[in-house]
Amino acid sequence: MRLEPKPAPPLGVTLLFPVAAIAATLLITSLLVLAAGASPFSVFYLVARGAAGTQFAALETLTRATPLIFTGLAVAVAFRAKLWNIGAEAQLYIGGVVTIVLGTGALPLPSFLLIPLIMLAAMAAGALLLLGPAVLKTRFGVDEVVTTLLLNFIVLLFVSMLLEGPLKDPMGLGWPQSQRVVAEAQLPRIIQGKRLHYGFAISLCAAAIVWVIMKKTVLGYEMRAVGHNAEAASFAGIPVNRVLMKTALLSGGLAALAGFSEVSGLKGNLTLDLSPGYGYSGIVVAMLAMLNPLGVVASAIFVAGIFVGADAMSRTAGVPSYIADVMVATALLTMVTAILMSRFRVRWR
Amino acid sequence: MEQALEILFTASFWVAAIRIASPLIFATMGELICERAGVLNLGIEGIMTAGAFAGWFTVYAGGDLWTGVLVAALAGAMFGLLHATLTVPLGLSQHVVGIGVTLLASSLTYFIYRLALPEVTSPPKIAPFEPLAIPGLSSIPVIGPALFNQTPLTYLAFATVAVTAWVLYRTPLGLAIRAAGENPAAVEAQGISVTGIRMGAVMVGSALMAVGGAFLTMSAFNSFFFQMINGRGWICIALVVFGSWRPGKALLGAILFAAFDAYQVRLQQLSGGIVPYQVFLMMPYVLSILALVLVARRATYPKALMIPYQKGER
Repeated sequence: MRLEPKPAPPLGVTLLFPVAAIAATLLITSLLVLAAGASPFSVFYLVARGAAGTQFAALETLTRATPLIFTGLAVAVAFRAKLWNIGAEAQLYIGGVVTIVLGTGALPLPSFLLIPLIMLAAMAAGALLLLGPAVLKTRFGVDEVVTTLLLNFIVLLFVSMLLEGPLKDPMGLGWPQSQRVVAEAQLPRIIQGKRLHYGFAISLCAAAIVWVIMKKTVLGYEMRAVGHNAEAASFAGIPVNRVLMKTALLSGGLAALAGFSEVSGLKGNLTLDLSPGYGYSGIVVAMLAMLNPLGVVASAIFVAGIFVGADAMSRTAGVPSYIADVMVATALLTMVTAILMSRFRVRWR
Repeated sequence: MEQALEILFTASFWVAAIRIASPLIFATMGELICERAGVLNLGIEGIMTAGAFAGWFTVYAGGDLWTGVLVAALAGAMFGLLHATLTVPLGLSQHVVGIGVTLLASSLTYFIYRLALPEVTSPPKIAPFEPLAIPGLSSIPVIGPALFNQTPLTYLAFATVAVTAWVLYRTPLGLAIRAAGENPAAVEAQGISVTGIRMGAVMVGSALMAVGGAFLTMSAFNSFFFQMINGRGWICIALVVFGSWRPGKALLGAILFAAFDAYQVRLQQLSGGIVPYQVFLMMPYVLSILALVLVARRATYPKALMIPYQKGER
């Protein structure tokens, strides 16, 4: 068999690819549901109802989508320049650490100063964390996939150390958890009494800003050029290494905002289970969105819906909620295959 | 201080080092074979998880130990087939597919685990491989127990290195594998299918990764639990680079790494809790990054690593 390039399809057809990938994912995972002794139709119906069937469910899905939008944007930005940042998980936790360090009373500032300050500091910390692997890549040729992956483990242990040491809540009854952030450092809730917080609004703004950067600025153009063909970009006079550094700063900063928004908007304190793998799910979110910053919002809501819905479904239908992780991973693989099929036709001979 | 040095001369330290090295040796050889053929296999972490579960579950369900190893290898090969199909003939990004395979293999494993054992809180144990002393050799002081009184899987790990080295450097098949990673067009010119070689290499390599995972459940911890691979797969990827894609050097790297890991556990006990234990647990990961930085400048990657090959294209 061989692959032959074909002209790029019109936008309407392109939008069909995620749909096809999701259909294929449902087909494949329904085999697992059958193996679990349940009916795929009722299980998928329960997942959908658990994700969006009631106001509570829909708000919960949007709440869960918030960190995924940030990590999805982080991955989309990095992958566009072919900087393989698999370390969004670590950058998220560092964002959470900064939020606790500055947000538990260290700075006596009003909310409108404190929150932007914490956001900037969290972004700076996440950016610096990814700058390390980026420098190792450009200076020494060390593959950033492995370094960012290994940093996830290092940072999680570092956070564990902080939570049993300097950041430990003295009133925490011995649990490894931090103090709660002060009221001035909390992102308010969008609807009183519900969990959805202004972190969601910030994530939407972030998506819009990243979209502008990617589509309308020189930096965005350079990032796309470097990702498309670094050698040609360098030949055209684009400072490839410097573009990769800027990409790393932007990507790391975005991922750190996920940690900030989870701590400041939702959890209130830092624990070791702040993220159930949002950094890794961000990769799926970005790929489902075909690395488009606005698409990230839609795909993050979709992926969050699967997780929230599967939790609800497993309580009633008895199919393990890990089906959500399987669906998300399958969707990643079917999606990259679908994108390929949009660009090439397969010739058998 | 003296105590810290004395550790290095105890048999128990070296026994632990070789035991810790064994799963890494399997998985490192697996990754090395994939990369030598030109495919970076980031599915390693998930494939090790699947192998760990498959081997353990086979024995738990009543199979014997070697059947368990075989089932683990087959499970690994299946995920290898998935990875290879997407990355070799379809030429998809090896980074994205690898992460996808890791996510899929581990989530599928956890799903099946929860399905098979819905109610358990502490995972059941199996009767693992027992150490098999090699008469005579095992009574040599220090290195005897370390090298010749281990479980059969450890011996198999060392045999795997020998076989891998022999096949890669002494057989026409090995030449074809190495050439597929360096200059695939030359392989095709010989009338050998690059696609076939690469897919085969990824499947065999993935089977070895899975056996590495199975070592943990069948020869070390005796049961399966979540997140048990704990980054070992990523460390093996670093070990392949550290070993400059050579089986012998990679073996030494794995043993060195494992010795350091065994050493830090003992230092941790000596330090009496002055240094937070997390610092010791971080060491293996920090060490892997340092190793990568050290060798990066003179690393000679297989030239066609991560470059998809299309027949007739130049």
